[in-house]
Amino acid sequence: MVSLMLGVSPAVNAMHIMEGYLPAKYCIAWGIICVPFLILGYRSIQKKLKENRKNITLLAMAGAFIFVLSSLKIPSVTGSCSHMTGTGLGAILFGPSAVSILGIIVLIFQAVLLAHGGLTTLGANTFSMAIAGPFLSYGIYVLCNKLKVNRYVGIFLSAFIGDIFTYCVTSYELALAYPSKEGGVGASVIKFLGVYAPTQLPLAVLEGILTVIIIMALETYARSELKMAGFYFGGQKNEQK
Amino acid sequence: MSKNKKRAVIILIIIAIVLALFPLFMLKGAKFSGSDDAGSSMVNEITGGDYHPWFTPVLEQVIHGELPGEIESLLFCVQTGIGVGIIAFIMGRLVERKKQEDMRNAEENNKKEHPAG
Repeated sequence: MVSLMLGVSPAVNAMHIMEGYLPAKYCIAWGIICVPFLILGYRSIQKKLKENRKNITLLAMAGAFIFVLSSLKIPSVTGSCSHMTGTGLGAILFGPSAVSILGIIVLIFQAVLLAHGGLTTLGANTFSMAIAGPFLSYGIYVLCNKLKVNRYVGIFLSAFIGDIFTYCVTSYELALAYPSKEGGVGASVIKFLGVYAPTQLPLAVLEGILTVIIIMALETYARSELKMAGFYFGGQKNEQK
Repeated sequence: MSKNKKRAVIILIIIAIVLALFPLFMLKGAKFSGSDDAGSSMVNEITGGDYHPWFTPVLEQVIHGELPGEIESLLFCVQTGIGVGIIAFIMGRLVERKKQEDMRNAEENNKKEHPAG
């Protein structure tokens, strides 16, 4: 499946705020905002691994999922390309703070090797893709569980909304740095959203579907690992928390 | 994997592929350039002029120029490859493990049912 999609479109850039496109003070500010989340994330990963070394399997899986999804540039109905985030899976399995670490690894990789995103905008990109998106994903997922929404629907919604939200935050970050002459930040947000949102919508659906597929696969083949990571099996046997 | 689940996964995969490829056939002649570029031109529009990025990517500084498209796609493929490699490796192990477990369980059940044989 993945290799099929690989052939799709190896054309130019997509998403993330590009290198040098945020004024320095915003770069620094977003960077500072990210630090506490990264520390939390590092601690939570450390704790998970201390609990059980075998958690590394799913953690690697979640990381690899972000790697793959954020490298696939998919054509969208607007005639431009963008890529998914893949952070929903990690947020569902390990909680949102752990994803901040996984996400920043991917972002650094892309910024250094691919000239995609950037080191100066790393803070802002990390905040939108690896912090804001996953946190909302996780919130939606927990909420859906509470409301007893079908588990797969919940997972889909969580990944879908997390992906869209990532771009909303990106738009907001850009708008803050580039307020319109008329209408200020608000008008800019709408302008940037107009660029990102329609492109991202179908991709977010795609991300939701892929996340559901991989969770289905893990549920079949990796039950013990999921239990170890504290995954909620939706009413069946969730005595192990 | 139960039969229903298998069917669900296959249907989902088909939907995913259609969703990914649909725009390519729908919008013939579209350039499919990145939404990044669109984002940057929006920055220009708002600031009313050419915005000059104040920092260029490290890699582009080293090679003194833009990364050639082919090389960029190579590097993107490397990224995909690393990810797919890890996922395939882990899934392969897990699938095989489940097979072994199922076989062992079946054997044990057999023994229980026919203790003499």
